[in-house]
Amino acid sequence: MKLLKGKWASITVPLLSVALGLLVGGVIMLVSGYNPIVAYAALFNGIFSNTYVIGETIRQMTPLILSGLAVAFAFRTGLFNIGVEGQLLVGWLASVYVGLQFEGLSPIVHIPLAIIAAALAGAIWAFVPGFLKAKYQVHEVITTIMMNYVALHVVNAIIRTYLLAPGERTDQINASASLQSPFLESITDFSRLHYGFVVAIIGAIIMWFLLWKTTTGYELRSVGFNKYASEYAGINVQRNIVLSMVISGAFAGAAGAMEGLGTYGYMTVMADFTGVGFDGIAVALLGANGALGVVLASALFGGLKIGALNMQSVAQVPTQLVEIVIAMIIFFVASSYLIHWISNRVSKRGKI
Amino acid sequence: MKKKYGFMLSAVLAAGTLLSACGTNDANNESSGGGSSEGGSTDFKVAMVTDTGGVDDKSFNQSAWEGLQQFGKDNDLEKDKDFKYVQSTSASDYQPNLSGLIREDYNLVFGIGFLMQQDIQTIAAQKPDAQLALVDSVAVNEDGDPMENVASITFKEHQGSFLVGVIAGMQSESNKVGFIGGVDSELIKKFESGFKAGVKSVNPDAEIFTQYADDFNAAEKGQQIAATLYDKGADIIYHAAGGTGNGVFTEAKNRAKNGEKVWVIGVDRDQHEEGMPENVTLTSMIKRVDTAVIEVSKQTMDGNFPGGKVTEFGLEEDGVGIAESQENVSEEALQKVEEYKEKIQSGDLEVPSTDEEYEKFESSL
Amino acid sequence: MEYVIEMRNIRKEFPGIVANDNITLQLRKGEIHALLGENGAGKSTLMNVLFGLYQPEKGEIHVRGKKVNITDPNVANELGIGMVHQHFMLVEKFTVTENIILGNEPTAKGQVDVKKAAKDVEAISKQYGLSVDPNAKIEDISVGMQQRVEILKTLYRGADILIFDEPTAVLTPQEIKELITIMKKLISEGKSIILITHKLKEIMEVSDRCTVIRRGVGIGTVNVAETNQDELASMMVGREVNFSIQKTPSNPSNETLEISSLVVEDARKVPVVNGMNLSVRSGEIVGIAGVDGNGQSELIEAITGLRKAKSGSIKLNGKDVTNWKPRRVTESGIGHIPQDRHKHGLVLDFSIGENMVLQTYYKRPFSRNGILNFSSIMDKAKSLIKEYDVRTPSEMTPARALSGGNQQKAIIAREIDRSPNLLIAAQPTRGLDVGAIEFIHAKLVEERDKGKAVLLISFELEEIMNVSDRIAVIYEGKIVAIVRPEETTEQELGLLMAGAKRKKAGETT
Repeated sequence: MKLLKGKWASITVPLLSVALGLLVGGVIMLVSGYNPIVAYAALFNGIFSNTYVIGETIRQMTPLILSGLAVAFAFRTGLFNIGVEGQLLVGWLASVYVGLQFEGLSPIVHIPLAIIAAALAGAIWAFVPGFLKAKYQVHEVITTIMMNYVALHVVNAIIRTYLLAPGERTDQINASASLQSPFLESITDFSRLHYGFVVAIIGAIIMWFLLWKTTTGYELRSVGFNKYASEYAGINVQRNIVLSMVISGAFAGAAGAMEGLGTYGYMTVMADFTGVGFDGIAVALLGANGALGVVLASALFGGLKIGALNMQSVAQVPTQLVEIVIAMIIFFVASSYLIHWISNRVSKRGKI
Repeated sequence: MKKKYGFMLSAVLAAGTLLSACGTNDANNESSGGGSSEGGSTDFKVAMVTDTGGVDDKSFNQSAWEGLQQFGKDNDLEKDKDFKYVQSTSASDYQPNLSGLIREDYNLVFGIGFLMQQDIQTIAAQKPDAQLALVDSVAVNEDGDPMENVASITFKEHQGSFLVGVIAGMQSESNKVGFIGGVDSELIKKFESGFKAGVKSVNPDAEIFTQYADDFNAAEKGQQIAATLYDKGADIIYHAAGGTGNGVFTEAKNRAKNGEKVWVIGVDRDQHEEGMPENVTLTSMIKRVDTAVIEVSKQTMDGNFPGGKVTEFGLEEDGVGIAESQENVSEEALQKVEEYKEKIQSGDLEVPSTDEEYEKFESSL
Repeated sequence: MEYVIEMRNIRKEFPGIVANDNITLQLRKGEIHALLGENGAGKSTLMNVLFGLYQPEKGEIHVRGKKVNITDPNVANELGIGMVHQHFMLVEKFTVTENIILGNEPTAKGQVDVKKAAKDVEAISKQYGLSVDPNAKIEDISVGMQQRVEILKTLYRGADILIFDEPTAVLTPQEIKELITIMKKLISEGKSIILITHKLKEIMEVSDRCTVIRRGVGIGTVNVAETNQDELASMMVGREVNFSIQKTPSNPSNETLEISSLVVEDARKVPVVNGMNLSVRSGEIVGIAGVDGNGQSELIEAITGLRKAKSGSIKLNGKDVTNWKPRRVTESGIGHIPQDRHKHGLVLDFSIGENMVLQTYYKRPFSRNGILNFSSIMDKAKSLIKEYDVRTPSEMTPARALSGGNQQKAIIAREIDRSPNLLIAAQPTRGLDVGAIEFIHAKLVEERDKGKAVLLISFELEEIMNVSDRIAVIYEGKIVAIVRPEETTEQELGLLMAGAKRKKAGETT
């Protein structure tokens, strides 16, 4: 039980949580008549067995990192940005739009331009709830959720009206705006791995730097922890609430650019939300709202998502059951509190 | 090794019959050809990737899977090994799913639905040795030509839709009928245009309501739209909306329970079952995805992979038509259907498949 | 000698510190036993050990002569030990009875029998003279009443050993008097009491014996009747303590703060500061005496820019600063030790270092072009921690982890270090022990002697009388009298604070 306390806890507790999640998931599979060992072997192989799946895992992580950062950033200022999904969609559209324009531009200019456009679009989308919160105390959870729906339908309408190409989608973006890389594809056996991963890592570094090394970050964290003391100290609380949402939205928009410029190279008419923005909430919480934590949590999420495909294909576990098992693992990681509690109980008992 | 030799005898026999049956064997199909010399026909592996609807969508994913199962049964293939399906939980899964099956050395991999077109094209370009098939759309290369290693399968849905349109036009008592589409797209427009043309051909005064759900997999949306259209006075609704259409059945059954006389026209498969026990399915426009899947699988197994070809299944090929369950269709209507069927097959009647063609068709009436 | 509770040689460690070391506490039946120590000396830790919240590393606990193992609060409850917490654990929306039975509901046929419970509560309330209405809602009754509900809660659960954790910290003088009566009544009914406090006056007044802890170590137990405040104070602090403030007469010069005809409204749009005039000169301490709720908070908020003034003017060194933004006010030379240090004074989740630059982080050398310079922030923090004797493991420790006194010292360090022309100190010593109070008073006087203007707001008359050079009495948003401490008495101030007119010189009482 020593290992569950002190400096090792931050490593042992998540590991134990994953193990517990696997165990419970295994029991569920066993009860449903599937062989958990075969299934988990398939899951494991589906994440690590070859360069293709590794490439796909990293590809899956890329937008998750950025959407996780978006949620985490807002959370640091005491705001729940549930609107990452919508901000991601408008960012995706903006990146594709810029990607479709300016044929012949150098990639060195075109790619950053498209990403900035995406970040800007996400930021504008997040500005609205931020402004309403700061000015009229409208709860951001409500407004951001509603803005998700607005985003979904507005984006669809814009694609249909102005950008439609055969197949319910936009045209392919110009190569000069694409993050796709034949080199990365070739070393990962044609996975969709693209340079967006670098962008996501830079995003994580930016978040860390902004929050912990700048006066802006100091103000944002201060407002997040204690509005009143911040106001007392002369920090403009309202401005920081808006700023926090805007930066959060920019991260979310950039996540959309990863899909638009990297994974797909176009945008389809969306029947439903992508889910990446919502997964971002779990990623942020799992990653304790820290930059490194978000990257690690994205690795867990992304890996499980890609491995799940193999679990279904090779071990014939139905997708629904796979999703339950994945949810179990995440559930246990998220509730590592439970493990702390158990360890405390046991150590107390030991003393009696 | 011993085991293998014993096995080979039967395999060679089987291969022999097969080769003689199909006569020629394309040289470019080395993978299946090479396989058959060692393991016989049972060495053939085929798989499909569904979209997010899954194989129980009571629509074309299910139909495709039924076809694949039939094919497996006919050829003594082992499920989950020689033939199987993989379900996608989101659009971003299409590519890894398709790619994974190719990696597992499946000789033929189907992508079900036009939503997979881009992913099929990408993979086909990356893996020239792979044999892929795309249902409901045509995979093309950068020059716009069909891709050599993709068998594209399309249907003349407008023809089948025309026939059910005829039935609707004849049997509507309110002279108002509805059409519910999944996603507003080129494909679903074929259903819509054909249906409307069929209705107008036999009943020029009929009013037709059209609405799209923007989703192939949202039964609750389907139900809402159906409620709206029925409230507007429509008594027959034709849906071309995959899983969304299940909601149309729910609404119709609810209304039938309350004594309202409403009908649904099913799509893709014979959806008679879905209308029971209230018996609200008037007829169904069947689209034989199963036949198409079996046909292309067979050809491929025989070494005649129809890569680079667009195989179109129309009335003539029995690829589309009206369902076998006809208890709710009047004699009169059936006669009309036969009449129009002949006209279409003979080429006397060109069924519109787009909005513009429909407008032209309507003004010519 | 039979003790109801005997804690022998208790030792409790936390990572990095020894919170309790070799402490022995013996409680006799029917006595009020005070547990005295500075903030952070380890009193609460010891009581949490007794209450089963912590397990000691060493030592034994005997209850009524039997060795026991108190593993959690339920065991403590079963042994008849009850705790009246400093921060009440009550549900605001529930009635007194509902709160008391919470977690221990009497049921009849599966339903909570509130009526029976209310009867029981009323009976106990009468027995001990608590006069609590069992059907009143918590949110409607006074803080003193709420405390009695806490007492009732422990009695209802059958406690005969009661632990009072700093019970007077939140009470008004009148309520304190009533509490003392109640405690004496409890003793006469056969209960035993442990009273945790750092207020010497109360110990002298109410308790029989007193055990003193200093920095986690037990110093000893004395009979209160055989000791005095000075002895207790030096036992607690470890040196001689000055109760009276050493200061020279003030030498005020020009007017630093000038408030004229100021009107400030509260959240309900009621003018709580209503035409106030006040001036504070450099080199003097002006104390504002008044009952809470007469506009003191709003006055400070208006001066510091946290609340808009409706009319009137506030001038600092002749410059009109009315309705400036807080940052501009701060930069123009006002320091502010806020009344609520947790709400306004500190960002509790920030490190002490980060808290030390709460108003100056954007300035050099703490940041440059928007990039923080942590080494200079931490250097600053280290020197302030040293200079102001803030007891913290390090400058990286979150402010939350510090004791109240040290948190307050950190705020004072930060505010005084900016060398403001006007220092506003609102209840700067609330909840602090004598050592800390002495230190803070000395600092205020030191600022005065440097020629700064100091505005002191306090609800404790003793503090006002001791520290101020002039006393302004506030009543219903106006300054109703200005007196010199040497020319008045606490009684006269009390009357003025209640709205009585000051008698003119020459009139007899």
